[in-house]
Amino acid sequence: MNFDDTPQEAAFRETARRWVAANAPKEFEQELSKSSLGRIRLAKHDMVEVGKAWQKKKAEGGWACLHWPKEYGGRGATPIERVIWQQEEGVYGKLTQPFQIGEGMCGPTVMAWGSEDAKRRYLPKLAAGEEIWCQLFSEPSAGSDVAGLRTRAEKNGDNWVVNGQKIWTSGAHYSDFGLLIARTDPNVPKHKGLTMFFLDMKSPGVEVRPIKQANGMQEFNEVYFTDVVIPDSQRLGAVGEGWSVSLTTLMNERMSIGSRLATGMPELFELCSNLMLEDGLAIDDPAVRSKLASWAVKSSGLKYTSYRAISSLSKGERPGPENSIGKLVSGMMLQDIATYAMDLQGAAGVLTGVDEETAQGQFQQMLLSSPSMRIAGGTDEILRNIIAERVLGLPGDIRVDKDVPYNKIPTKGR
Amino acid sequence: MNFDFSDDQKQLRDQARKFLAEKCSPKAVRVVLDGKVPYDKELWKGLAEMGFLGVAIPEEFGGAGAGHLELCVIAEEMGRANAPVPFSSTVYLAAEALLIAGSDAQKKRWLPAIASGKAIGTLALFEGKGNPAPKNVKLTAASGVLNGVKKPVADGAIADFAVVAARTGSSGRDGDISLFLVDLGGGGVEVKGLTNLDPTRGQAEITFKDCKAEPLGAAGEGWSILSQVLDRAAVLCAFEQVGGSDRALEMGRDYALDRIAFGRQIGSFQAVKHMLADMYVSATLARSNSYYGAWALSTNAAELPEAAAAARISATQAFQHCAKNNIQVHGGMGFTWEFDCHMYYRRANAMALGLGSISYWEDQLIDRMRKKNAA
Repeated sequence: MNFDDTPQEAAFRETARRWVAANAPKEFEQELSKSSLGRIRLAKHDMVEVGKAWQKKKAEGGWACLHWPKEYGGRGATPIERVIWQQEEGVYGKLTQPFQIGEGMCGPTVMAWGSEDAKRRYLPKLAAGEEIWCQLFSEPSAGSDVAGLRTRAEKNGDNWVVNGQKIWTSGAHYSDFGLLIARTDPNVPKHKGLTMFFLDMKSPGVEVRPIKQANGMQEFNEVYFTDVVIPDSQRLGAVGEGWSVSLTTLMNERMSIGSRLATGMPELFELCSNLMLEDGLAIDDPAVRSKLASWAVKSSGLKYTSYRAISSLSKGERPGPENSIGKLVSGMMLQDIATYAMDLQGAAGVLTGVDEETAQGQFQQMLLSSPSMRIAGGTDEILRNIIAERVLGLPGDIRVDKDVPYNKIPTKGR
Repeated sequence: MNFDFSDDQKQLRDQARKFLAEKCSPKAVRVVLDGKVPYDKELWKGLAEMGFLGVAIPEEFGGAGAGHLELCVIAEEMGRANAPVPFSSTVYLAAEALLIAGSDAQKKRWLPAIASGKAIGTLALFEGKGNPAPKNVKLTAASGVLNGVKKPVADGAIADFAVVAARTGSSGRDGDISLFLVDLGGGGVEVKGLTNLDPTRGQAEITFKDCKAEPLGAAGEGWSILSQVLDRAAVLCAFEQVGGSDRALEMGRDYALDRIAFGRQIGSFQAVKHMLADMYVSATLARSNSYYGAWALSTNAAELPEAAAAARISATQAFQHCAKNNIQVHGGMGFTWEFDCHMYYRRANAMALGLGSISYWEDQLIDRMRKKNAA
């Protein structure tokens, strides 16, 4: 048992480290280091432009999407090399945020289901950050039950005509392409009538509107489709096979090993180490210590769980199911920690200003943003179902709409 | 990075699992649970023959000379099987104290006897309520004799010898405490068995009256040695707790698959699925924290105190959580004596107190994290 690299891994790390040292945009290092929670913002620069420049440089150096085959813009690297790269990329990895949906979900789907022509045309540009992709799955009436989606695609000659609405689309406003799942046959049960496409986000009839979220920010979009034309050549997989195609995408969403999820623990520990309560430092209070310790072991448990997964990759094995707990644990922690940190601040905990003396409003922002962590990318409830069914082998939920044609499924509760 | 046990260590775990499945069935555990015998002597003998008792004891003292990682994988299986033997007292506490502080003669006398199953050892630390702390040690040592009462002492009624924490000074500092070795078969010792949460592991009160004792380690070093022993034992117990957590989770899962209610498997109800998923989360966090503890223990890393406290808390929480909800998944049947659920519930809650309560370890963890942050 050890935490050391193998000689090959150490050599690879050294190469990566040298390249990062020579090429990274150091002028942003400090700003990027500071923002540990939530979306990244740069004070004087456009995040997407800075990100694109970094991604382009990486692609030229052979460090973009490095686990992809070379012919599609990658480096043919092993899974463990990808993890090592992420560790060495460090804070600059935050600049790749606009490309993560494309790299992590759209790209792998095109790779698995696209034609050779499509792969050669789209993947290298996606890898290099030249073209940004978004994912158009969720709808106002289809979140956890995404197979219940309503957006229609109807065949018209060699084209498809799309009408409907998507929601929670990160980056739709700066994306060049989108991966779209739509209903092509409402007369069959819901999973069977779906088809996957990709489209040019500049197509006529595509309208992107920002959503004002519960935390007051605007990070996601709604996307409306009015008679949008998509050529049949941009279909991925067979007509009616969209559900299987989407599983490729969603599996990739949950496979991000080695990416550290924010828990709020380092921030809370720092707060408690400095915050004076009536009887002294918060961290000297037995009640505070007990809470802190319980969260600390969750946080370290997550860290070492990801180390176990990395170790499997290092041995060339498939990681076990342990990593599925990451988002479930960290999402709840973030919310609980935010609530507790505010409680420690007493009446002043209600204030959200960035010039407030205690923690500059960061826990208040954490509180307001944290509900989304428990919903996006699989709700806590869906994640528990996944653990129960795929890890523990318990039966799937009974689906009352399983054999019912989609257009016969009730659409209103009352 | 290779943050995992080696193939040989995993093989040893499989071997221990197989051995315990055969020799330590729930039926065998119940013989001790029902009070017919104080511990499973046959199993103890078998563990010695398999080389498990002395796995981390050097060859020169009659052990297998493997290491703590090997002991961790065996500990996990002991927890999974809910083994009714004085393994933790003898191997994690007494043997580790001897390894850390024993003289050559003391090691020669006791370690081979432990490895061969001939001697059961224990640690006599607590004196009634309270957690490990120098101020809670009242038993005195003067002129080579001990006077005072220790309770609870795990496996005290069946132990052949004890490592005893005694007060040798009154400065109010850690240096007031020294350790002693006592042959419990000698004079000046009175042992009384006590009823406790987990009858598969005995607890006793031991009264020392002008009892002859030999020092273990230097005078005034007792607390420093004890702290090391407790950290090591925290990691090793954590592996037992991880094994117990996994078993309780499996029992709950299996029952949820077998039991039909409202015309379907109860494991198809989300309320039950989610309860089991949460048990899996706890058990996984505990396992990962314990692996880190195992790494720190096996490399004698400076991180051991923090890693041990984290493993202790995480594994204690997980075992309590899994044992408790295993009963809940079983419903009424889980509350019968006949079903095995309560054996894990008892063990989980007894183990939560054995090395000091969870709030004690939480306190320790925060101290140790602060120390690291300050460094």
